[in-house]
Amino acid sequence: MLVVHVKKRQIVLPGEVLAEGGKFKSGEGTFREGEKVLAAVIGLAEIKENNIVVVVPLEGIYIPRPGDTVIGKIVNVKLSSWDVDILAPYLATLNLMNVPGKPVDPIKTDLRQIFDIGDLIVAKVLAFDRTQPPVLTMKEKDLRKLEGGRLVKMASTKIPRLIGRRGSMINMIKKETKCQIIIGQNGLVWVSGSSLESEELVVKAIRQIEREAHTSGLTDRIRELISQRT
Amino acid sequence: MDLSSKYSQGDLLRDGVRIDGRGVRELRPIKLEVGVLSRADGSAYIEQGNNKILVAVYGPRELHPKHLARPDTAILQCFYRMATFSVEERKNPAPSRRELELSKVIKGALAPAIFLRNFPRSTIDVYIQVLQADGGTRCASITAASLALADAGVPMRDLVTACAVGKVNGQLVLDPNDIEDKLGEADMPVAIMPRKRFITLLQMDGRMNKEEFIEAYKMAIEGCMEIYKLQRQALMERYMAVRKEFEEEGGGEDA
Amino acid sequence: MHDVLSEVEKRFIITLANKGQRADGRELREMRPINIETGLIKKAEGSAKVSLGETKVIAGIKAEIGAPFPDEPNRGVITCNAELIPLASPFFEAGPPQEDAIELARVVDRGIREAEMVDMEKLCIIPGEKVWILFVDLYVLDDNGNLFDASSYAAVSALLSTMIPKVEVKNGEVKLLDEKEPLPIRDLPVSLTFGKVGEHIFLDPMLDEERVIDCRLTIVTDKEGRITAVQKSEDGALSEKDINEAIEIAIEKGREIREKYFMPLLKSREGAE
Repeated sequence: MLVVHVKKRQIVLPGEVLAEGGKFKSGEGTFREGEKVLAAVIGLAEIKENNIVVVVPLEGIYIPRPGDTVIGKIVNVKLSSWDVDILAPYLATLNLMNVPGKPVDPIKTDLRQIFDIGDLIVAKVLAFDRTQPPVLTMKEKDLRKLEGGRLVKMASTKIPRLIGRRGSMINMIKKETKCQIIIGQNGLVWVSGSSLESEELVVKAIRQIEREAHTSGLTDRIRELISQRT
Repeated sequence: MDLSSKYSQGDLLRDGVRIDGRGVRELRPIKLEVGVLSRADGSAYIEQGNNKILVAVYGPRELHPKHLARPDTAILQCFYRMATFSVEERKNPAPSRRELELSKVIKGALAPAIFLRNFPRSTIDVYIQVLQADGGTRCASITAASLALADAGVPMRDLVTACAVGKVNGQLVLDPNDIEDKLGEADMPVAIMPRKRFITLLQMDGRMNKEEFIEAYKMAIEGCMEIYKLQRQALMERYMAVRKEFEEEGGGEDA
Repeated sequence: MHDVLSEVEKRFIITLANKGQRADGRELREMRPINIETGLIKKAEGSAKVSLGETKVIAGIKAEIGAPFPDEPNRGVITCNAELIPLASPFFEAGPPQEDAIELARVVDRGIREAEMVDMEKLCIIPGEKVWILFVDLYVLDDNGNLFDASSYAAVSALLSTMIPKVEVKNGEVKLLDEKEPLPIRDLPVSLTFGKVGEHIFLDPMLDEERVIDCRLTIVTDKEGRITAVQKSEDGALSEKDINEAIEIAIEKGREIREKYFMPLLKSREGAE
């Protein structure tokens, strides 16, 4: 017997039964107990195609996934690598060999010439599993050190809302404010505009999205917020 | 202060009415708030009778010193501390043996609910600060800590809810306050994971025969189930308030 | 675990400061919103919880009768203790107070003591033998910058809300009566803390600003506008111009804060003269 206990996008709490029946699979934010799939975190419940039950979390620390673009802060310089804080439970590593440019001899070169403590970088998560810290790479297009602008921190769980379906939300904000915006899946957003006011507008939009992430009609309200000021 | 000089046994229970006016199966008024601190990853505040307790959760995060980290699981660290002004006689600021024991049993109450194995080599830290104490602080702390963990997005099998039962003039009473604790004949704090009623904290201090013991922990579990409803309400309130502002009936799709 | 602020964040605050602006839109001389709640801990003789922006500090006052210091036999005793509890920040560790917490407690104490906020002679019960001892215990609950001012306001408000039992001395025996009375208050010290970025000093540094500045300057003034305590904390250096400017602002703002927050608390006490 298959039973679904929740409506789409219903807010659920840890321990709540979402669906019953062997056909249902346990996806992100859920766990399985016998025939039942239950919520493990507070979030929005959804049954996806192939009967995968997920809970999109409303809160929670960022867990790195290979392929994620992240913004990180250099916190330590070693002989041939850097420690990077990406606001995850684990400090990430950036190896010299994953940094683009001419090959460098770590013995002869002080790595601080390339990245020093306090530098902000955009990087991609190359690898991460339970046995080792996240490994980053900057050897892809658009990955670089960030300078100028400002850094905004938001809950990593709400980043998808900031991006929007196929980038609809973020592209709209970029177009209307004419700001450069780089989004890290880990909840850090870098904003750089031609004026402080345009940057502030982006920050306002981010704060509103963070607060109202679990509601509908958000894209329209953000569009209205921005058009009122530009 | 010598409580027994201030109150007599007769004051504690008179015709089924307790010293604070409650019935024997009545909980104290409870107020719960989630997300009250800006820096913590998760936080919650509880008032239960005159108890006032603040809980913060940090993590999962890196564990220092590294040698304490476990390769296959996160560890849970609980710190139960009482403010000097939380009790009648000023308490020495340094943690007492009682606070250290309570830290450990509270950890034991919360750990079974958490998917610790999801975060090897890290720690989840639960800080409990009792601002005012009036009996049953370990239970109130657990109830609030569970909400703080949910607020932090820590994956759990269930919430954890706690409630104590005392014995006053031979009568079992639910959620004893400080006076009932100190002058009563027994005190039994209990914590459960409500969905399956699995017990994660059970202590008893005093003297009970077998029937009393069983009746007491059943009473405590019923008390927990009532408090569980309040926990759910507190968590939902956080999001429903914002949602109500915008949602029409039937919801709407959004990009 | 150390706290590293990124270059981008640092530059952002410095760029704004050079324009006389701040990241949260405040003026250089503007404090964040202050919220004071007193009497929330009934088991304490006095208590106050202060929010300064998102920074939150709670103070509790416990009063005991004990022996005075031998060199001050006719005066009561005030002792301040502060704890930077790990609840309040990812960078606070569990354990006994370290130098930051101790500095905080001592500066708060100094501000109250030197302003003679509480009339210590009136707290004497039997000269040389029994006096009131007031424990001011501060717990930082949420660190978003400027713990010094938040803690000082909490301590002052808590003392203003304190009620101690009236005492009767008969044949050398001290008897505590059921009736309570507020503390004898002589002054209302106000603490103001400054940071400096680039050319400008500014009031009430919030968290990100605190991570950029090299040092802080705390100035406590009394109701006559006299300076009763000063502390330059952390490393870094200030110019004479900075200090002169800070003194002016501290006296002026001190007056504002005293009138807006402390005078109402003073007036609303039960049984006060």
